[in-house]
Amino acid sequence: MALPVRKFDAVIVGAGGAGMRASLQLAEAGFRVAVLSKVFPTRSHTVAAQGGIGAALGNMGEDSWHWHMFDTVKGSDWLGDQDTIEFLCREAPKAVIELEHFGMPFDRNKDGTVYQRPFGGHMQNFGAGPAVQRSCCAADRTGHAMLHTLYQRNIRANTHFFVEWMALDLIRDASGQVVGVTALEMETGEVYILHARSVLFATGGAGRVYASSTNAFINTGDGLGIAARAGIPLEDMEFWQFHPTGVAGAGVLITEGVRGEGGYLLNKDGERFMERYAPNAKDLASRDVVSRAMATEIKEGRGCGDDADYLQLKLDHLGVELIESKLPGIREIAKKFANVDPVSDPIPVVPTCHYMMGGIPTNYRGEVVAPKNGDPDVVVPGFFAAGECACASVHGANRLGTNSLTDLLVFGKASGDTTIRFLKENPHHKDLPKDAADLTLARLSRLDAQTNGEKVHEVGAEMRRTMQAHCGVFRFPDLLEEGVKKIGEVAQRVQRIAIDDKSRVFNTARVEALELENLIEVAVASLTSADARKESRGAHDRSDFPDRGDENWIKHTLWYKDGSRLDYKPVHMTPLSAQTIPPKVRTY
Amino acid sequence: MNFKIYRFDTDKDAQPYMQDYDIELQPTDRMLLDALERIKALDDSLSLRRSCREGVCGSDAMNINGKNGLACITKLADLKSPVELRPLPGLPVIRDLVVDMSQFFKQYHSVTPYLVNDEPVPERERLQSPQDRDQLDGLYECILCACCSTACPSFWWNPDKFVGPAGLLQAYRFLADSRDEATSERLDNLEDPYRLFRCHSIMNCVDVCPKGLNPTKAIGKIRDMLVRRTV
Ligand SMILES: Cc1cc2nc3c(=O)[nH]c(=O)nc-3n(C[C@H](O)[C@H](O)[C@H](O)COP(=O)(O)OP(=O)(O)OC[C@H]3O[C@@H](n4cnc5c(N)ncnc54)[C@H](O)[C@@H]3O)c2cc1C
Ligand code: SF4
Ligand code: SF4
Ligand code: FES
Repeated sequence: MALPVRKFDAVIVGAGGAGMRASLQLAEAGFRVAVLSKVFPTRSHTVAAQGGIGAALGNMGEDSWHWHMFDTVKGSDWLGDQDTIEFLCREAPKAVIELEHFGMPFDRNKDGTVYQRPFGGHMQNFGAGPAVQRSCCAADRTGHAMLHTLYQRNIRANTHFFVEWMALDLIRDASGQVVGVTALEMETGEVYILHARSVLFATGGAGRVYASSTNAFINTGDGLGIAARAGIPLEDMEFWQFHPTGVAGAGVLITEGVRGEGGYLLNKDGERFMERYAPNAKDLASRDVVSRAMATEIKEGRGCGDDADYLQLKLDHLGVELIESKLPGIREIAKKFANVDPVSDPIPVVPTCHYMMGGIPTNYRGEVVAPKNGDPDVVVPGFFAAGECACASVHGANRLGTNSLTDLLVFGKASGDTTIRFLKENPHHKDLPKDAADLTLARLSRLDAQTNGEKVHEVGAEMRRTMQAHCGVFRFPDLLEEGVKKIGEVAQRVQRIAIDDKSRVFNTARVEALELENLIEVAVASLTSADARKESRGAHDRSDFPDRGDENWIKHTLWYKDGSRLDYKPVHMTPLSAQTIPPKVRTY
Repeated sequence: MNFKIYRFDTDKDAQPYMQDYDIELQPTDRMLLDALERIKALDDSLSLRRSCREGVCGSDAMNINGKNGLACITKLADLKSPVELRPLPGLPVIRDLVVDMSQFFKQYHSVTPYLVNDEPVPERERLQSPQDRDQLDGLYECILCACCSTACPSFWWNPDKFVGPAGLLQAYRFLADSRDEATSERLDNLEDPYRLFRCHSIMNCVDVCPKGLNPTKAIGKIRDMLVRRTV
């Protein structure tokens, strides 16, 4: 069966912060760009970001992008690429100023400049401390303000959005060049080929592989699943960030900004335990450090509540006035999801899956790269990626808070600019291969024909349970090994998932089944990569290898779907212009 | 708990109908959306939009026991059983609880919802005093869920001509921004018997806004600005 074809200069998949920053470049430059999103753009999960955007503006006191770069490299536990990290930190102030010019309603200082708050892992003087105020914010609704501002700016640029369109598969020609995607229009159930000279992925995170997550339902790693099926490797998938403060039981996030503004964590004895684990930075140590400390407190019986399974985040001492002006959304969330008013009572919190450090491998220009003929970083022509779905890799083994929104702005723009250059150098569409739609059609017709197969929500729950139990804050060799086996079995079951709803119109059962086919690639990649990394670094903490193994492991993991094969590539230790920051012991 | 849910699949149903569901809730089911997820596990053909599950994305607005709200932050404990769920009123239904929001977004787009400032772009941020910034509070937080506009009788009757509370709240968000320079064009755009003046201060919009925003007040401020510029 032939699918209808629509032709564009560029296709962008994803209308979150990264996708809309990229689309702005292309639309303003006059290209015919189609921006696909599973949801109306302002419903993308960037909307949920709370705490802020990291940039060394120096509005609150001295700061420099060199310090920001040091903190980011240290935060990454020396797995981040130092060229991309330099680019991120150097470009960050410009990116934030530009966003202000677009109309972003930042909080302000008395002198009218943008207000910045402290955040975990951001320090003065190359880590020496004390904490620096680097996080540019709009109360605790920074992501909402940023996403709406970017959408508004895209209205001005007349960007063409395809709302509630779901990309299904990547189309590559015989040479490997990317020439388009297949996509499902959810309202009608029609499937199209979108033929383009370039494709940019900005599909966001995949936090829904875990049972307990701060992520939205739609964060299902579609870009990663699609890329993996098209033969592109996934990088550093063992590194998942657990945010210290998800609301116990609900998973909803309480921003680190609470601790930035002066809140702190308590165990059941009322002890401010972070003073033991990170004497300097205390509650503002890096997230992996705080989450591990919390998991240790709970493991050793110092958790709160009847089951001793959560800790408390205290902020009542900040006073109602500060809470209402700087953290109003947090108060709302705590009342709704934890039944406490933080003005008087502490919030029950647990470490919760939050962010995917790994993703589709890219360079600092936003081009997707993969090994070829012995070169680890060969550009895949026509393919670009930015935001949480990409692995640039600026976050390495652990992301610093506020650095993702910065990543969206900086690499969203850079990937847009690189796409423009590519489009100018490649003025003609490459032909679609004959089999352009085969994979998509096979997947859809299997799903339509399958009767009495496995239920999507049951297989999905098994996947989430497996990830939660086998690939969490602490990792154990036997659990990892068993997890790889179990997730392989779940992957087999995914091939037999069935849906009862066969309607064409707005069929969310079909969408969820297709999402599970993407999530499972993420899960298999994560467990396989984690099992193979025999060291502890950043968010990857193994009981049998408690130390960082710099001799063997300063390298990126690459996972290929084909045979669930692993490969490795070197970390870029040489920045673009600054000095290399050599590995040292990481304490806070 | 009992639910009566509006069902309509334009692909196969001649008529919309109400379907009964009786489900056993678990202790962890706190919000209406938790219950809807449970129903969807039993009957995957029930269509609704949802994403963030924390009241910030604006996806899951629906009519809950006669009042518009977000399923993800509506507590089950506060609901009378049977819970009657219908799509947002006044907009065409695509399927079940999913409505076509084109008209709503068209009105939003019609108010030039972006900052206009044609001065040369400065090196650093444009300065804004904390007091001027405070003027945007209660405005920029809108999540475009459409609870308000689809509860507004004036919007039901003139969805193509009356901007509606959500659009007008955003119109005022830019009028109130000290950095914006298009005040008179913005007011021209609204000075019309329908676009602004169809609002009869019925306050349904304020009553339903899940973010506690007050479109009626913003509309009043726009009226004041129009009056002030004629005198
Ligand atoms: C609760 C929370 C708070 C956070 N707070 C902060 C913070 O304060 N500071 C910070 O730096 N970071 C924060 N983060 C992290 C940061 O918000 C995210 O990493 C970032 O917003 C991701 O942006 P994105 O543009 O990559 O993806 P998203 O905003 O998730 O957008 C993804 C887009 O891709 C689309 N899409 C996905 N798959 C498909 C498909 N198959 N077809 C079509 N479209 C598709 C979606 O519809 C959506 O438009 C937070 C994260 C969470 C969960
Ligand atoms: S106050 Fe105005 S906008 Fe609000 S519901 Fe009434 S008529 Fe509609
Ligand atoms: S004003 Fe309130 S009800 Fe209306 S769209 Fe915005 S958030 Fe929703
Ligand atoms: S799911 Fe986002 S507002 Fe309810």
